[in-house]
Amino acid sequence: MAELLQFAFSGLTVGAIYALVALGFTLIYNASDIINFAQGEFVMLGGMTTVFMAMAGVPLPLAALIAIVVTTGVGLALHRFAIAPARGASPVALIMITIGASVFLRGVAQIVFDKRFHSLPPLFGADPIQFGGAAILPQSLVVLAGAAVIVVLLWLFVERTLLGKAVIATAANRLAARLIGVDTRRIVDFSFAVSAAIGAIAGILVTPITLTSYDVGTLLALKGFAAAMLGGIGSPLGAVVGGLLIGMIEALCAGYLSSSYKDAAAFLIILVVLVAMPQGLFGRVKVERV
Amino acid sequence: METRLLPAILVAALVIILPVFFPSGYYYRIGALVFIFALAVVGLNLLMGFAGQVSLGHAGFLGIGAYAVAIGPVHFGAPSWLCVFVGAILSGAVAFVVGRPILKLKGHYLAVATLGFGLLVAIVLNNEAGWTGGPDGMNVPALTLFGWRVHGSDAWYWIAGATFVGGFLLALNLMESPTGRALQAIHDSEIAARVLGIDVARKKLTVFIISAMYASVAGSFLALFNGLVTPDVAGFLGSIELVAMVVLGGMGSIFGSLVGAAVLVVLPQVLTVFHDYEQAMLGLIVMVFMIFLRQGIVPSVTVALAGWRK
Repeated sequence: MAELLQFAFSGLTVGAIYALVALGFTLIYNASDIINFAQGEFVMLGGMTTVFMAMAGVPLPLAALIAIVVTTGVGLALHRFAIAPARGASPVALIMITIGASVFLRGVAQIVFDKRFHSLPPLFGADPIQFGGAAILPQSLVVLAGAAVIVVLLWLFVERTLLGKAVIATAANRLAARLIGVDTRRIVDFSFAVSAAIGAIAGILVTPITLTSYDVGTLLALKGFAAAMLGGIGSPLGAVVGGLLIGMIEALCAGYLSSSYKDAAAFLIILVVLVAMPQGLFGRVKVERV
Repeated sequence: METRLLPAILVAALVIILPVFFPSGYYYRIGALVFIFALAVVGLNLLMGFAGQVSLGHAGFLGIGAYAVAIGPVHFGAPSWLCVFVGAILSGAVAFVVGRPILKLKGHYLAVATLGFGLLVAIVLNNEAGWTGGPDGMNVPALTLFGWRVHGSDAWYWIAGATFVGGFLLALNLMESPTGRALQAIHDSEIAARVLGIDVARKKLTVFIISAMYASVAGSFLALFNGLVTPDVAGFLGSIELVAMVVLGGMGSIFGSLVGAAVLVVLPQVLTVFHDYEQAMLGLIVMVFMIFLRQGIVPSVTVALAGWRK
């Protein structure tokens, strides 16, 4: 039982990160129908920038803030300089652009930063808390709390503010949104910025536990994407549930089956979900099938 | 018939004449690599450019072919040339099994599903260390043909060049066959194709299998040529590089496949000084081409030439 609890908790922790990545996907997808493969690079940039700022002597909170701002800037630039000029391109062309961006950012990161693994000091020390026989890292709680705060803030924003309503309108029907005066281009801009910021925060929160390096983005993006698929693409609730589920499945797979194949779990899930239930758990969008 | 034979003859002439300009043996090596990759790219181009289906996991088939010529001789004592065929058949079979469900998907769903498939292959190659040597990879015994032990860049230049010409001709013929016409109809409009009585799912599956076999043979050659294989061959970056070659040369242009492969194989050699910048360059090239030159090099040049002639 203690073992199960231990696996479940580590699953929830990584799951929270997948959920944040999936949420970033969902934001951009809803606003623009684009699958942003560079989402994982936002997580990497958040972690790496903080690490290198801290190494340069910047106090940690300030370093984290700078990292979030930098990553948000990168997200905006990605939209302005790569996505927007390619308006009207096919979905596959747009995917290739974001993949190109992902490879590019990784390449730049290995030049600007380095190729080693880096860590950050945990917020509340590294002594595990004993709970029901399982050892829980304080930083895990920080990750979970951070993810919860982001989800709640995002929900409040969408439900309670005019800009949030505009985001919903854009997601529902872009043309209709434009007709009632929503500047949809700005909404897409905005969704890229927020996605990037969320990714950066996820990267900063999780670095003390999982470490970071220039190439952590690809796997994170794919697992986040698997989470979004599982939850039903376009559904924010689905993204969160899907992320937690994937994290749990992965941790249980690593614990009880084979730790070297835990990464395979997410991709098997992608394939099974795509083929068997493409609408996902909470999705309303139907996949076009032949 | 002649219109199809002519480009193939030109490419064959190119393969034969090119070495005249090689200042050193090193250039044979690059030439061989270009033709090996071009072979895989021709296959992928059939799928992407003609049938309009994307695959972001094609390096997975490259990996199957590469490990077939490594595992076959080492673990089973099978001759390498036979393993090239076994690898191709295995890749075709895997493509058949995987392709049936996932080719029903469209657009980015298909992209992600193929991506997941490619990564699964890479994960298996990394983890089954008893068979594959794990992340360090394994040595590949040299190819022996009729008692002749194939080694050296020049020998591989000719083998790869000849195989490429064969694959090139085959692809051109395929595109003019009823299947090829059907594929182009699918690319233009799946619904219209279906109305015409084309079995869309089956045609897509056929071309997926063919493109997998092209990639597999290329993977086998690559492993035999290098004498070494690591799971990186099947990795995500490998798949992206293949797609980048297709896009660069021009989707739907068989000759473009050669151009795309040549650019992306030669460029890193020229830029060895900037080795660290390789990934950034690759990403930038893909982005720039997809934003500004979506047609690719060969179709763009063709259009420009046609306009200029008028």
